[in-house]
Amino acid sequence: MLSYTFKRLLQAIPTLWIVITLSFFLMHLAPGGPFDGERQLPPEIEANLMASYGLDKPVWEQYLTYMGNLLQGDLGPSFKYKDFSVTELVAQGFPVSLELGLWAIALALLAGIPMGVIAALKRNSTVDYMVMGSALAGVAIPNFVIAPLLALVFGVFLAWLPVGGWNDGHWKNMILPVVALSIQQIAYIARMMRASMIEVLGSHFVRTARAKGLSESAVIFRHALRPAMLPVVSYLGPAIAGIITGSVVIEQIFGIPGIGRYFVQAALNRDYTLVMGTVVFYGGLIVLFNLIVDLLYSALDPQIRYDNE
Amino acid sequence: MLKTRFLLSSMALALSVAAPLQADTLRLAIMGEPASLDPHKISGTWENDVVGDLFEGLVTEAADGSRIPGVAESWEISDDGTVYTFTLREDAKWSDGEPVTAEDFVFAFQRILAPATAADYAYLLYPIKNAEAVYAGDAETSTLGVEALDASTLQITLERSTPYFLDQLSHYTAYPVPSHTVETYGDDWSRPGNMVSNGAFQLEEWQSQTRITASRNPYFHDVDNVALEEVVYYPIEERNTALNRFRAGEIDIAREFPTQRYDWLMENLPEAVQVAPYLGIYYYAFNTRDGHATADSRVREALSLAVRREVITDQILGTGEVPAYSFVPPNVSHYEAPTVSFEELSQDERLERAQELLQEAGYGPDNPLELMLRYNTSEDHRKVAIAIAAMWKPLGVEVELYNSEVAVHYSDIRQGNFDVARAGWIGDYNDAQNFLSLLESGVSNNYGAYSSDEFDALMSEAANTQDMDARAELMAEAEAIALEDSATLPIYYYVSRNLVSPDLDGWETNIEDIHRSRWIHFDD
Repeated sequence: MLSYTFKRLLQAIPTLWIVITLSFFLMHLAPGGPFDGERQLPPEIEANLMASYGLDKPVWEQYLTYMGNLLQGDLGPSFKYKDFSVTELVAQGFPVSLELGLWAIALALLAGIPMGVIAALKRNSTVDYMVMGSALAGVAIPNFVIAPLLALVFGVFLAWLPVGGWNDGHWKNMILPVVALSIQQIAYIARMMRASMIEVLGSHFVRTARAKGLSESAVIFRHALRPAMLPVVSYLGPAIAGIITGSVVIEQIFGIPGIGRYFVQAALNRDYTLVMGTVVFYGGLIVLFNLIVDLLYSALDPQIRYDNE
Repeated sequence: MLKTRFLLSSMALALSVAAPLQADTLRLAIMGEPASLDPHKISGTWENDVVGDLFEGLVTEAADGSRIPGVAESWEISDDGTVYTFTLREDAKWSDGEPVTAEDFVFAFQRILAPATAADYAYLLYPIKNAEAVYAGDAETSTLGVEALDASTLQITLERSTPYFLDQLSHYTAYPVPSHTVETYGDDWSRPGNMVSNGAFQLEEWQSQTRITASRNPYFHDVDNVALEEVVYYPIEERNTALNRFRAGEIDIAREFPTQRYDWLMENLPEAVQVAPYLGIYYYAFNTRDGHATADSRVREALSLAVRREVITDQILGTGEVPAYSFVPPNVSHYEAPTVSFEELSQDERLERAQELLQEAGYGPDNPLELMLRYNTSEDHRKVAIAIAAMWKPLGVEVELYNSEVAVHYSDIRQGNFDVARAGWIGDYNDAQNFLSLLESGVSNNYGAYSSDEFDALMSEAANTQDMDARAELMAEAEAIALEDSATLPIYYYVSRNLVSPDLDGWETNIEDIHRSRWIHFDD
């Protein structure tokens, strides 16, 4: 297992390198630069700015400089937020996004799995239709619609919860964004769980367990649940990616100081170093989460073992 | 029992969520995260909200935006208008108790114009002698026309008489910076904990993307008249979020609200809505470069004639914008803008005239005019572009709409890749010259490359004229020429849109939309 993990981490290096290199050159190919806007700067001002960020050099030289700095852990200064380095911005924003994302994943699992299981057990009953109906709505309604609705109902009309802001992660500020972020994932997970549960319940080993005379709860919890959860686990990788990208919108709407908002803002501002910083960071994160999911897999399914590879 | 308990707990929740009423704390939603709090590293309007509370220039803004003495108690201007001598007030102090000296100003001007600072807004100070040369690295910083005659006397020498210079001194590019702390902390001087400032408020805390907190500066010279103890600035880019937080009572002032909610606001929160004319013009640039149909002034005039500006302001935007028939907005100080000659014509007469002009220019049913209209991506820009394309339809004009994000839009139109392009300008300072200079030959913000010798000559004559009335007349003459040539297509003048809690006093609308917290207080 350890050697497998090590091997996977080694494989991640070329993957990340390709991601970084592609993004770097694509970004510089994009028309418009960091100082293009409604106000064209006088040429000498633009020249000074370009020089102070090293943008006056050829792109390949900028690339080599960037890679050199990156290897030393330096992501450079942000063009837009001049009082902060990109490392500082990521370090400030990531804990917030992570907390938000983890709660959203937790909620998605805690709500989605039982919903799917219940729907599968009560297949074609009113309960099933209700669960699957709301799951369909959850998948269909995008979170940029749900989020302002939640803010309006619970923040403005009922005044139970704050409309926005982070307030150092106070639980009241967290409820609405976490719910908004997880609704879509709850729906996906519930649908997936229902389908795989139905399949597992019809399989031979469940029939055998039932034939042994085990109680229904023992059949479900001890035998059916674990294999039924496998698709959900493998979905966790994409789900985490989905939640991270979903938080781009949610963080904007609720005014949360996470890193998601930089994703889009930095690209639109042509804040080159911040774009690269988020790409490097998210790239690493996704590689890491995929690895964790693969390791979890082996813990759940005895047929999958990485030791003997 | 269970029910009562639920009711009680939800009431407790509701009570604890409602913000505590602190009548001496102002909560202000600003439209974005400041790039910095160093006055030399910023170029936006939202930063002005914060930095303008923290610092005070030689001249400052009253509640209505008019200019009043700031750090300077009085000043003298030489007869030729090129030498300004300021006497600083004795009680001007930094928030650590150190005096604000003429040296601090010299230090600040030299710093912002030093090439190494790479300040994007430094060009506003180009009226100062040698400023441009210093910035370009062609002259020593010591040659800059700013000199401390003694600790409380500052002399500024200009390249040439600049009538709006005094107004400009209230801008953040002209704020003093505390030389004693900048020398200690270097670039980190503007961080919380290090920063000292000389305005009505001092920086307490800055949580990136969350809030900036400032408290009343006990050393401020007019501290007795500052009612607020604390100001909290919340950077909120999403206008709908700002509106929701305002409705929930989480903020007292929102510096902008979403245009689509104007009708709703007027119905439900009319006493909070503050809409006022703003120092800005929304216009379309015509590409006058060779090879473009719009190089022909008859085509430009025809297109301008056919645009029904009232339909755009009243039916498409509907938030109090004013139809524009001149390039310089109304209410600009010391200036009477001329308007296009067709303003008096009826819509039918305008269309008829437009058709004639297009025919003269050689366009008709057999040879329809084809145009590419570019705008930067935004819901409002799209609506206006579609409406204008529809208004041109009766003339037989075929319009291709093309949108791109803002950085691409401006970099493309500067290279001349358009026939007609959406543009806008917010005045850097309250003077007609700031707008009209966009139409001078060879200026980088002259997107359409409009060029008229007559216009240029009048503008340079105005620049050398000291008498304010004569200068205004020359500029008006220049503008009249540009309008006659249909150099651009003015569409509407901007308005500022604020939400201000009715519990507040001291808020006065003004054309520059500048509001310093020192003038604001809560009703008793």
